[in-house]
Amino acid sequence: MDNFELVILLLDATLRTSTPLILAALAGMFSERSGTINLALEGMMLGGAFSAATVAYYAGNPWIGLLAAIATTVSLSLLHGFACITHKGNQVVSGMAINILMSGLTALVGIALFAQGGKTPSLDHGSRFQPITLPGADAVADVPILGSLYSELLSGHNILVYIAFLAVPAAWWVMYRTRFGLRLRAVGENPGAVDTAGIGVIAMRYRAVMCSGVLVGMSGAYLSTAQGASFLQDMTAGKGYIALAAMVFGKWRPFPALFACLLFGFLDAAATRMQGVVLPGIGEVPVQLVQALPYVLTVILLAGFIGRAIPPKSLGRPYVKER
Amino acid sequence: MNDTVQLPRWIDVGVLPVINLLLALAVSGLVVLAIGESPSEVVEILLYGAFGYEEAWGYTLYYTTNFIFTGLAFAVAFHCGLFNIGAEGQAYVGGLGVILAALYLDFLPFPIMMIVAILAATAFGAAWAYIPAYLQARRGSHVVITTIMFNFIASSLMVYLLVNVLRPQGSMNPESKQIAEHLRLPFIHDMAASLGIEIARSPLNLSFVYALICSVLVWLFIWHTRWGYAIRTVGANAVAATYAGIEPGRYIIMAMMISGALSSFMALNEVMGVQHRLLIDFTAGYGFVGIAVALMGRNHPFGIFLSALLFGMLYQGGAELSFEIPTISNDMVVVIQGLVILFTGAMEHMFRPRVTKIYMAWHLRRHGQEAA
Repeated sequence: MDNFELVILLLDATLRTSTPLILAALAGMFSERSGTINLALEGMMLGGAFSAATVAYYAGNPWIGLLAAIATTVSLSLLHGFACITHKGNQVVSGMAINILMSGLTALVGIALFAQGGKTPSLDHGSRFQPITLPGADAVADVPILGSLYSELLSGHNILVYIAFLAVPAAWWVMYRTRFGLRLRAVGENPGAVDTAGIGVIAMRYRAVMCSGVLVGMSGAYLSTAQGASFLQDMTAGKGYIALAAMVFGKWRPFPALFACLLFGFLDAAATRMQGVVLPGIGEVPVQLVQALPYVLTVILLAGFIGRAIPPKSLGRPYVKER
Repeated sequence: MNDTVQLPRWIDVGVLPVINLLLALAVSGLVVLAIGESPSEVVEILLYGAFGYEEAWGYTLYYTTNFIFTGLAFAVAFHCGLFNIGAEGQAYVGGLGVILAALYLDFLPFPIMMIVAILAATAFGAAWAYIPAYLQARRGSHVVITTIMFNFIASSLMVYLLVNVLRPQGSMNPESKQIAEHLRLPFIHDMAASLGIEIARSPLNLSFVYALICSVLVWLFIWHTRWGYAIRTVGANAVAATYAGIEPGRYIIMAMMISGALSSFMALNEVMGVQHRLLIDFTAGYGFVGIAVALMGRNHPFGIFLSALLFGMLYQGGAELSFEIPTISNDMVVVIQGLVILFTGAMEHMFRPRVTKIYMAWHLRRHGQEAA
């Protein structure tokens, strides 16, 4: 039973570590399927996390914090869109600029507001997203296996975890079953054809990056007001890039991206538990190897050794209307 | 509209970048205002910190050295149409080459060691850039994503090596042994002193001279060799290059390896010149600043020198800033850096239509007068 408990705990941690990745990977997918590279996930996540923690602290309510985070990230998305879609600037450069800008700005404003070395004040119970006990979880807790699966693994997460997992089928439905999704994908593959059909390419791409902003804002808020209880300087620590890797690993599709996020989240959760553990027959696995694994796997995938990851055809190309 | 009009070079490489830079600085000023400090005071402290006293110059040029290397690195890849975001990782791994050479070949005399260290940095940095380059050239994996991944892989690898391999017995700090005294790059103030000139102490060392040499070499390479020509052709139009008998893949790999080598020279300055040992994260984001430096300098070595100097000044002045105004930390410099990349890089075309319009009006009026 001990091993079973261990597995449950590990999977439980996996759900928590993969939540921000799922939201950010879906965010990246909306932007990139419409043809706009979004390297700015890292910076946007950081900006969202900072706004959420700051506003939740002043308002005493995590939902207002979440709204502030989304407002921040949508504004950043619009900035990214303004540079890349309107002014046809380089999308990679714009993404890097936003990442660097937010890494500086969150620390700068944090120090100016709270003078705690870039940290925001700790949030109290009421200003954070609290774990939700699913109905009946306590009642079935004693049922062997299934009971603890339900009560320990599925129940007891905060609302954003459930939102993230529901966002995957929702994103799939929007992307593949609605007119909006069809147009969004078309604009990323062949904007010329979409334009010929009388649909505005520019407006479509702006809408896509705004969707992206909403999703990545939630992942930022999750870090500082659900998983953690304050904003810490550079707290995303590369999660935006891992989400990007997961999106590529999932070949720019929602369910494969979910799988990649769970895999990367699992590796992250496992890495912290493997410190100094000696596996039978293998010996001690270096933590750094486990930490690097998501990146290594993504490179191997990109190299075409495990299936082919084909990006949207017009990814990275600003649309120039022919005259 | 006027997008197709060819602007004269002085507008293209002079006026437009300066407008964009001024805009970035203006927005930075607004940020300073927003957190309740005076922008003019900040500028004053920045300038004093960067040039106001004797040591400051040395520090400014020490930072400049790093930025020249990483700026050149980004530029060489950019001429081939590639975004090398991996300077950070390449420099990190290059540092491994430098420290291994300096620790295990410590019987070599200094002049030979200098060449060996350069070769070691080149080999390690170029090798680390080779994998993404190969994947881009031969398997079509996008170099932006792979170089980002390689930064993280480099970081994990180096932490592992520093903690488990390079750390001396009994030490708790994840850092390598010190480089032997006689193998360190001489400081400029020591070199000047041996010539009888008195200069204030600073971390500025011989690698600054090497950075200047590299700038000239890059200029010669890109504009005065057939390889440079081929690289620029591939960057401008890979399909046309193929028809001209230039095989793009070959030059993609060449440009990336040179880029990796240039970034790794940063380790000469940091590891062999200043820290004298390999530290965790000694690259400290200089690789990313290289992007801003190269974009602002329009990917030309001379422009890169100027913008590296500007960033060196911001870094050194920024350190002064955090002493003088407690509410403004070093992060202000990171904000400025982000804004400079945003305005001179991502939004570089923002003013082009307007400037073109003004130029056309001026041009027409002048020509109209000539006709009359």
